[in-house]
Amino acid sequence: MDSAQAELRRFVIDNFLYGRDGRFRDDDSFLEIGIIDSTGLLELVNFLEKHYGISIEEAELIPENLDSIVQLTGFLQRKLDQRRVPVVSRQQEQTTA
Amino acid sequence: MVRHRGPDEWGVHADRGVGLASARLSIIDLSGGHQPIHNEDRSIWITFNGEIFNYLELREELLGRGHIFATHSDTEVIVHLYEEKGTECVRELNGQWAFAIWDGRQRRLFLSRDRLGVRPLFYTRAGGNLIFASEIKSIFAHPEVRRELDLAALEQIFTFWFTLPPHTIFKDICELPPGHSLTFKDGETNVRPYWHLDFTGSSERILSENEYIEQLRHLLTDATHLRLRSDVPVGAYLSGGLDSAIVTALINKFSGARLRTFSVAFTPRELDESPYQQEAVHFLNTAHEQIRCGYEDVAAVFPDVIWHTEKPIVRAAPAPLYLLSKLVREGGYKVVLTGEGADEIFGGYDIFKEAKIRRFWAAQPESKQRARLLRRLYPYHANLQKQPDCYLQRFFRARPEDISNPFFSHLPRWELTSQVKGFFSDEVKASLAGYDPLSELVAQLPVDYFGWHSFCQAQYLETMFLLPGYILSSQGDRVALAHSVETRHPFLDYRLVEFAAKMPPNLKMKVLNEKYILKRTFEPLLPSSIVNRPKQPYRAPDGRSFFSGGGVDYAEGLLAPSQIKADGIFDPSAVAKLLEKFRAGRAIGVKDDMALVGILSTQLVIDQFISTFQQGGSLWTALRQNCAAS
Repeated sequence: MDSAQAELRRFVIDNFLYGRDGRFRDDDSFLEIGIIDSTGLLELVNFLEKHYGISIEEAELIPENLDSIVQLTGFLQRKLDQRRVPVVSRQQEQTTA
Repeated sequence: MVRHRGPDEWGVHADRGVGLASARLSIIDLSGGHQPIHNEDRSIWITFNGEIFNYLELREELLGRGHIFATHSDTEVIVHLYEEKGTECVRELNGQWAFAIWDGRQRRLFLSRDRLGVRPLFYTRAGGNLIFASEIKSIFAHPEVRRELDLAALEQIFTFWFTLPPHTIFKDICELPPGHSLTFKDGETNVRPYWHLDFTGSSERILSENEYIEQLRHLLTDATHLRLRSDVPVGAYLSGGLDSAIVTALINKFSGARLRTFSVAFTPRELDESPYQQEAVHFLNTAHEQIRCGYEDVAAVFPDVIWHTEKPIVRAAPAPLYLLSKLVREGGYKVVLTGEGADEIFGGYDIFKEAKIRRFWAAQPESKQRARLLRRLYPYHANLQKQPDCYLQRFFRARPEDISNPFFSHLPRWELTSQVKGFFSDEVKASLAGYDPLSELVAQLPVDYFGWHSFCQAQYLETMFLLPGYILSSQGDRVALAHSVETRHPFLDYRLVEFAAKMPPNLKMKVLNEKYILKRTFEPLLPSSIVNRPKQPYRAPDGRSFFSGGGVDYAEGLLAPSQIKADGIFDPSAVAKLLEKFRAGRAIGVKDDMALVGILSTQLVIDQFISTFQQGGSLWTALRQNCAAS
């Protein structure tokens, strides 16, 4: 899961902090530090669905799943566990293939 | 430098130690109103930009008191009124003005700006002199004036969208605040307010609803009538919304000729209001002209727009209005009436409704029904519609702990805009450490503000700050006069503004029906489809404009990492990431749009006013020579 956590961190830093990670920690709340706006959440969901091939239900759009790198990683792990596939991104799948 | 503000003629008056210059847009007394104008014994001189709409009434009074007029202009009325009342004369003016009076007897300069800041006025001190002008570029033409960004002002724009007067985006260049006058005598500058917007007592209903309606009808009708005073033809903007339709309908009552109206249509369908405009044109029987504006049009004129706004902006919305004034001028018109101001004084903007819903929701944060109200407010905002309640609650600060915040209405907007500050370079961040623009705003609020109804607090912020600092300037005077077009705003007649301020908030917004009293008053003049149409805010193509058709040369240059680094305001790698998002089509949020427009406009300000600005100019030379000779 380390690689997925690093990927998620990279995505958040590139897209919402524009590459400036500063003192941003993996357990920082996106909402509390205000780095994700209303469209940012949709960008994040879009990235998770496309990049990891998962489908996120409306009921799952809650801060408990999506509000920090740690929570995102855990949520992703659970979604992938449901599909019983190893935790790799599509990009890694392609590279491996 | 400012020929666009007054292309018809120019004039200079020089006396020992003082010089006044004027570029005139001739509208009243075309042949006689040459400026600067003086009094009977030539001891008092004025240079004036704007209009005094009650000048005929004032002139009658002054004639009765024995004053002798050399012209039929509104300008000369100010001179004689000043002779009578001194600096208090401004209290009797109904108009939009920025003027300078040189009182040779007292050897005192008197500057004044209208109550709501329709017309701009800037000043600075250099070498013991006071230098003033309608636009900052004229001040910069003076060889002794430094040109440097004021970082605190930049922080203000990237929080509120406006600078807090006297700040401008340039260090040591001051803006005379709306409703203020300045005197300069013996090297001492004294700035004082002469007018306040006061909502005290608005919670009490002192008239019946019908009486409010009667007074409102009378005041707006008279305000419109006064604003038709002109020796050149007057047209109107017709946006498809309620406010400009009311003004147009009122003009039709007074004018026999078919009124010329003008509007902007947008190529992106989600922004376009053409069908509403056509409906209004058809009903009001105006001779209408429309300009169509797309992404590429915004990009093409954006550098010129920033040359005129003279400050960074976070929305590209002034660009289409710049194109609109060009259409007006090319159509042979130089005066238009607009519906500007109605949303501020009657609480029409979404921000008022949004605040009411947020407050209602925050009182019961678990309520699903209350959350749904917020979604109903923005039916056109697809991204927002998809948000889960818990996120909406956070983004809109609909939490019980936020209710008592005196800026409750504006917190979401300011928080969103503040994210652009994340792009500041480390050096800028370090130099702004400890600076809090909110504290500076608080210091400018009247003491009574904190006791007013929350609706009135929001109105005060919109009317006294955003209106002059952005709506009337960047979207108003500056882009209209860029093409020598004067805008007049009946809703901003001070009598109407004062009347509306004392009106109970529930007459302005009845439950969630915005501008209720305005609709009730003028529904007999307009079709129900215009009166009751869902409100759509004026929105224009934003960040994407600069990436259509493969990019725009000047933007590529100004946003290149080397240029960003050289100018030092923003972080080059963060800006590069933002551009990457736009180029990949991934920039879909308001935050990205605001960041792109804000950064590009700041870079344009630096480029046009600091890096490549040419000082000097014929006007300064003429003034200096005349001053030396007298």
